[in-house]
Amino acid sequence: MHIEVAVEGPYTVIRLAGEVDMHYSPRVRDEILKYLNGRCNVLVDLSGVDYMDSSGIATLVEGLQLARSMDLRFGLVGVHGPVRQVLELARLDHVFAIHDSVEDRLRSDRHN
Amino acid sequence: MSAPAPVPHEAAEIVIEVSDLCVSYGRHEVLHDVHLQVRRGEIMVVMGGSGSGKSTLLRALLGLQSPSRGCIRLLGQDITRLGEHAMHELRTRMGVAFQGGALFNSMTVGDNILLPLREHTRLDENTMRIMMRMKLALVGLSGCEDLMPAQLSGGMIKRAALARAIVMDPPLLFFDEPSAGLDPVASAQLDRLILKLRRALNMTIVVVTHELESAFAIADRITVLDRGRVLFTGTPDALRRSEDRRIQDLLQRRADIAPVDPEVYLDKLTGAPPDA
Repeated sequence: MHIEVAVEGPYTVIRLAGEVDMHYSPRVRDEILKYLNGRCNVLVDLSGVDYMDSSGIATLVEGLQLARSMDLRFGLVGVHGPVRQVLELARLDHVFAIHDSVEDRLRSDRHN
Repeated sequence: MSAPAPVPHEAAEIVIEVSDLCVSYGRHEVLHDVHLQVRRGEIMVVMGGSGSGKSTLLRALLGLQSPSRGCIRLLGQDITRLGEHAMHELRTRMGVAFQGGALFNSMTVGDNILLPLREHTRLDENTMRIMMRMKLALVGLSGCEDLMPAQLSGGMIKRAALARAIVMDPPLLFFDEPSAGLDPVASAQLDRLILKLRRALNMTIVVVTHELESAFAIADRITVLDRGRVLFTGTPDALRRSEDRRIQDLLQRRADIAPVDPEVYLDKLTGAPPDA
């Protein structure tokens, strides 16, 4: 699994690639919590993720939970294929703010 | 109920392969030359009457019953040759929902479900608790984490056991008699859940059952065991079309009136080791 971080507009974008399973999700968690605790708005880009197990999904839920408690923005972009299916199975597809891409999210923010 | 997904493509990887499997209790052989192949993402239902050997086959697949001969490969590993440590590792990739639930009565439902995560992972407690609540929601038991098993109905115990079996997202799921003791509505709900799990998580699922309706609702393929031998393996449609008298007896729930093997009968009368 690979993690890249970039700043785009008001967001810290955490780009994940590969498989997020119980072995790697603690790394993802550390990264998400680090930026949220640094008071950054966070977007997690999942377009490069082939597989995410429920520890990865739970990590995203933790991120959302922390962001809400700190009045920060937290969203997902590039959700596709098996990751979307797992989110749907867990009925979380309507809990997260999900956009196709970072640009799509920025455009949506401008309109709201 | 939605129809099961089509049988996975022939090219899908074989994740369960049983060859020439024989299991004996003492000198009484209860499984004879059993062959079985299950592909990734497939739901295989194992059926058979009492004493057919289906429970023994499940125990053998779980590594709980040593074969007297043959080979069982799970996820590419021959479990008949695995050491204790390797088998322990492999079990983290197998979920098992036992017929009676096998929940620890001294623990809350939530702690029962957390048990595999606490034993096999180093995930943060908060992450594990969210995973546990996600699985409870998935099986329709949201809000039940603080209940004790004694406070659950039979159907709820089965669903809690399933939540524990899938909490690690295992690629292989074994389910023993999911519908036994459930009313038709609860049974149909569980069938739908099994189909949903396969679709979303691409789990390979082996279900041992004697419930015909449930078997036809979920199976991609069905294996019928009869007196320790594979009598049939194929799609539910092919099973329905079978002209074999024993298959027809099973489908029409007719009692087996075939003569028993005299030696097996003598064993039973003289107290030889129990049948499967």
